[in-house]
Amino acid sequence: MEILIQNIFNALQWGSFYALIALGYTLVYGVLLLINFAHGDVFMVGAYIAFFLTTFLLGQYGVIAPGTLTGATILMLAVPLTMILTSLVGVTLERIAYRPLRNKGAHRLYVVITALMCGLILENGNLALLGASRKKFPELLEKTIWTFGNISVTNLKVLVIFTAFVVFFLLQFVVTRTKTGMAMRAISYDKFAIPLMGIPINNIIVFTFVLGSGFAGLAGLLFAMSYPILEPYMGALIGWKAFIAAVVGGIGDIRGAFLGGFLLAFVEIGVVAVFPSTLRDLMAFSVLLIILWWKPTGLFGIAKTTKI
Amino acid sequence: MKKIVLTLVSVLFLLSSAAIAAEPLKIGFNLPLTGDIPKVGESSKLAAEMLKEDVNAKGGLDVGGKKYPLEFIYEDNESKADSAVNVALKLIERDQVLAIVGPNSSKQAVPAGGTCDDNRTPMISPWSTNPDATLNRPWVFRAAFLDPFQGPVAVNFAAKTFNAKTSAVIFDISNDYAKGLAEIFRSEWEKKMGAGSVVAFESHGTKDQDFSAQLTKIIAAKPDFIFIPNNYNQVALIVKQAHDLGWKGPFMGSDAWGSAELMELCGNDCIGHYFSTHYAAAGATGATKEFIDRYTAKYGYTPDDVAALTWDATNLILKAIQDVGKIDKNVKKQRKAIRDALAAIPEFPGITGNMKFNDQGDPIKCAVVVRISEKGEFVFTEQVCP
Repeated sequence: MEILIQNIFNALQWGSFYALIALGYTLVYGVLLLINFAHGDVFMVGAYIAFFLTTFLLGQYGVIAPGTLTGATILMLAVPLTMILTSLVGVTLERIAYRPLRNKGAHRLYVVITALMCGLILENGNLALLGASRKKFPELLEKTIWTFGNISVTNLKVLVIFTAFVVFFLLQFVVTRTKTGMAMRAISYDKFAIPLMGIPINNIIVFTFVLGSGFAGLAGLLFAMSYPILEPYMGALIGWKAFIAAVVGGIGDIRGAFLGGFLLAFVEIGVVAVFPSTLRDLMAFSVLLIILWWKPTGLFGIAKTTKI
Repeated sequence: MKKIVLTLVSVLFLLSSAAIAAEPLKIGFNLPLTGDIPKVGESSKLAAEMLKEDVNAKGGLDVGGKKYPLEFIYEDNESKADSAVNVALKLIERDQVLAIVGPNSSKQAVPAGGTCDDNRTPMISPWSTNPDATLNRPWVFRAAFLDPFQGPVAVNFAAKTFNAKTSAVIFDISNDYAKGLAEIFRSEWEKKMGAGSVVAFESHGTKDQDFSAQLTKIIAAKPDFIFIPNNYNQVALIVKQAHDLGWKGPFMGSDAWGSAELMELCGNDCIGHYFSTHYAAAGATGATKEFIDRYTAKYGYTPDDVAALTWDATNLILKAIQDVGKIDKNVKKQRKAIRDALAAIPEFPGITGNMKFNDQGDPIKCAVVVRISEKGEFVFTEQVCP
């Protein structure tokens, strides 16, 4: 029983990261019908931005005297700054890689391939710029471990899970209850009629990328705090898995991405808890395959005629 | 115009013939300069550079009364098995090297060893401890001890120091080194403590970042200690996550922990734990101390075991070349002569200890167990000799 509860906490933490990243995939897909394969690497860039911000604020580079700011203050500053800077990266990608193609009327397939390439450029650009050596993320929060019997939960774990839920409700509110959200949904519905209604389509797209990348940055910061070793390829695998989670949830739907992320994490952790850990990916993805087999558009997806 | 061309050609000819007169001896290095364990590649490269500068400062390597300058060619295998094979082929075919030092990790050394053996080029791995790297491969050698020796060292030390009856293992299943050592450890421990005394035996993938499910299983099984035969980058994550899940007991590690980068990545979480390794930098004497002092002065950090082993491995190659006594223009013949000379070295006083070689090209040498001190140094605790 205790093992079960412990594993539920483990899965909730791990699933929070899948969910946060999957939300970014699903937002962009929901609006542009574009699979932004660079998203996992935007998450990686977010983690690195968080690393440089926090080490800067901790006084590593001599601008701020070490010890002037407490860990909690640094975290308070790092969260908005990381989100802003990472969203700038996302918007830049949109400006230089996706928009020119879209303006020339290229097929979505070409944009998807461009996204894949952008991801690789981010990974290898990082490798060329910062070298292969890993970075150790500094500890910002005094670690507290709460123990109930044999169950241990850290304050960081609770923070991560809490943040994932807050982000979900926030995005759900933005997309379903605001005018901008309505415009976002409308673009995916008919992107040729929308400009005729006086909606600035490019602004809405930029806003979508700001949201998606900003939360990828937040996920990067939290991930770096939970798993404090950064390397250029850290976003690749988790990005792919989060994408699969978004598809299983029904890509284009906020609830689907959120649920899909947690579903994947629960299956992964559940498999390891019961079976030999070698079988994790095999069984986890078989389960997802069966779900797609039963519901090809994902848990919350709506059937559409064209998809990539 | 014709005259100028002629003069240029003749000048070039003269220059090139001058270059032929002092043709350098080429040795290839197959190193993980990027990928999972970049610090290992860096340490190896820096140690080799120091050795090369030493030799070339004296005018080159003295072979049969003539001095040849050394040329070391460093290639990056990205810590991947397939890239290590490609690098080995590149060094053999394109660069026409006399011998290859590396790869370091068994994950790359086992496949690259096959390539070198097939292409009849001597290879020496400084750091690989998996028996398969050299097994039935007359062209492949190593400078490190073997896992069938290291496993029992860890078992006996942990049983004695932690007063342990039960143990748990977590290891990287896609790494030949970690997998091999984990299995040796399990069979040795069960031989000593009885069947079922390894209460949990959990694996994970190379790129995994979350180990909470495996660790939950391990902690619930209540072992006396956890054995982690993994690379240092994974160790840092596993140890931290185990502490987050409430584990307060000891860890025992293997020689892949011993990178200069371990403490930078792992921090306070690793303090007080033990691992078996090739040498202890803190408290060394003689030639070992001289090497450590020079390396530290030159590069600014204490050399890790892989730096010292690369120094020994490269020195073994140089000794073999000197033993041959002449340089054949035919690279293939020269490679054969070097292999035979390497196989004929009976004993070698390295800075990581005295090595005797058996017929598989494996050295018989001592292992040490070190404790990670509060200052982050690897402090000598015990030496175990075969």
